[in-house]
Amino acid sequence: MYLYDEIDQRIVDERVAQFRDQTRRFLEGKLKEDDFRPLRLQNGLYVQRYAPMLRVAVPYGILSSRQLRMLAHIARKYDRGYGHFSTRQNIQFNWPKLEQVPDILADLASVQMHAIQTSGNCVRNITADHFGGVARDEIVDSFVWCEVLRQWSTFHPEFAYLPRKFKIAVNGAEADRAATFLHDIGLHAVRDAAGAVGFRVIVGGGMGRTPLIGHAIREFLPWQHLLSYVEAILRVYNRYGRRDNMHKARIKILVKERGPEKFRDEVEAEWAQLKDGPSTLTEAELRRVAGRFTRPRYQPLEDLRLAQEGPFGAWLKRNVFPHKQPGYAAVTLSLKRTGVPPGDATDAQMDAVADLAERYSFGELRVTHEQNLVLADVRQDQLEVLWREARELGLATPNIGLLTNIIACPGGDFCSLANAKSIPVAEAIQRLFDDLDYLHDIGELDLNISGCINSCGHHHVGHIGVLGVDKQGEEFYQITIGGNQGKNGGLTPGGQTPAAVGKVIGPAFAQHEVPWVVERLIEVYLEKRESDAERFVDCAHRLGIEPFKQHVYGHPDSPRKDRAPVPA
Amino acid sequence: MATLIRRGKIAHPSPPEAGEVLRLEPADDPAGVADRLGAAARVEVNFPRFNDGRGYSIARLLRERHGYTGELRAVGDVQRDQIFYLSRCGFDAFLLREGEDAEAALAALRDFSEAYQASVERPQPLFRRR
Repeated sequence: MYLYDEIDQRIVDERVAQFRDQTRRFLEGKLKEDDFRPLRLQNGLYVQRYAPMLRVAVPYGILSSRQLRMLAHIARKYDRGYGHFSTRQNIQFNWPKLEQVPDILADLASVQMHAIQTSGNCVRNITADHFGGVARDEIVDSFVWCEVLRQWSTFHPEFAYLPRKFKIAVNGAEADRAATFLHDIGLHAVRDAAGAVGFRVIVGGGMGRTPLIGHAIREFLPWQHLLSYVEAILRVYNRYGRRDNMHKARIKILVKERGPEKFRDEVEAEWAQLKDGPSTLTEAELRRVAGRFTRPRYQPLEDLRLAQEGPFGAWLKRNVFPHKQPGYAAVTLSLKRTGVPPGDATDAQMDAVADLAERYSFGELRVTHEQNLVLADVRQDQLEVLWREARELGLATPNIGLLTNIIACPGGDFCSLANAKSIPVAEAIQRLFDDLDYLHDIGELDLNISGCINSCGHHHVGHIGVLGVDKQGEEFYQITIGGNQGKNGGLTPGGQTPAAVGKVIGPAFAQHEVPWVVERLIEVYLEKRESDAERFVDCAHRLGIEPFKQHVYGHPDSPRKDRAPVPA
Repeated sequence: MATLIRRGKIAHPSPPEAGEVLRLEPADDPAGVADRLGAAARVEVNFPRFNDGRGYSIARLLRERHGYTGELRAVGDVQRDQIFYLSRCGFDAFLLREGEDAEAALAALRDFSEAYQASVERPQPLFRRR
């Protein structure tokens, strides 16, 4: 991970002092709620259904053991003993007290952490492929670029009051594991014929109320121009993005209304003025940033052949990812055990994972956008002993990439925006699909649940998506199929299906009916798939929604037939 | 009383300046006044609400693209908590919203001792000075 120098540390410390003063003025009644709101949001602080929620930044998902222990300490001291890892690779605390937030930020700063720009209408935490630096299909180490962008975006004076929030994802490998087509800006590293590094720039993707797949507005941006080009995009957005309606304020709407070609022309015209200016990146800066990253000291080892049998074999198959360094592997610790809200971890688990990372993975770990934790540099000859320890901690459920590895937002149990609960739905589905052999037979399947159209649970890109909707004051759930986070995405790249937004199969269902619907969708898939290699999402793209729809709504046990139709 | 901060000091009311005072609203294009900048007494950029960030881009364009070197004044909903970013984008005068503490606003110009990006105030980004 990147280690702060004295300046990085000073900037974070000065932010703590600034926010302490702002909070004090608010509590003394000298700063009005409307004026304080954007300030606290840019420090990750929301006012939630029951208590404030503090979102702590985990820049591009990397944590050290020391930092994770601090998060455990914060969970214990200021919260109720747990935290929630989010789909933005951050961690959220659901029960802090406003007056204690400055102290929490000071504790975070002591381990080079912060909550800067984790909310608000500004450039948010940059997200990345969680196998950066270790994947065999790597093009560049995305983390170095993420850190360059983190510094550039931190307290950017021009872009702190954008029309709406702004999310950037960087993917450094062949496979898109960062959902770059579903971000305001997606940067996909590429090399030109001469081997020079550049970025494919994708703009205007996103989920939410208007899910849209992004457009590549530049196929090859030489790396030197990364900051000036991103700045040109943001300037066009800041000046012309809609501010009259918050539901139409994201850059995707501007790109859609102007058309991707016209938008690109405007960006290129702005960039022509900024190009080769002082923000042009230098070799020296790249070396400086790369040089401040800790690097694992690998031993010269050979790859082992490990038997893929029994419970350990199932875990190897699902939760262990090949590593570019011979003799090593990347391990996903699943935070998706049935009965635990997806992404939640207790203080004791965080401390225990910090220990595991220290003993087995050079003291570092990563948070994935699928809300799991990754130990990226584990010796293959230590996998079995790690597996035993992780199992004791309830972190070895062999379900990565499978149906029960559900992405879910906190939902109506916590969030004041939610129309419906997410966590009990996830749990009911996990309980229904608790037979591991059956799960493995179904194969790779992303099932994502959002409690409202803001899509924090990424339902639009779930192979099966579940969306909580409010119908006349009651909680209902709309089901989509065929969403996909990216080409070759996920852990077991099985197909070439591109990033896609799922299609609604029909009228919504009651909460208790959702698992039944999922079961029917799986039945169609198992009957119609061409082979085990055709994943659910590939099958859904080949067949379209019709056969799935017929089976669900025309089924003799359909819960919908004896009930008045729910208004669409 | 609304207080004016100018060039890092609390300013006293001054006699009307010679020359034109140009005023830009958030939706205005600074290119539209480019040929009048040379003769202007000052340029005012209005912030009807502090969280409308278009004025920040306007300021940078005036300074960096159109070469404006005269007084650039932020007016409207101008509060101490935005003044640091405003100054980095090229504003050198701030007509504070009524009720704002002027001394505190002056202090807020020094909220941070360093910044990463290139800006009007410091055209070289930190990485070229590190």
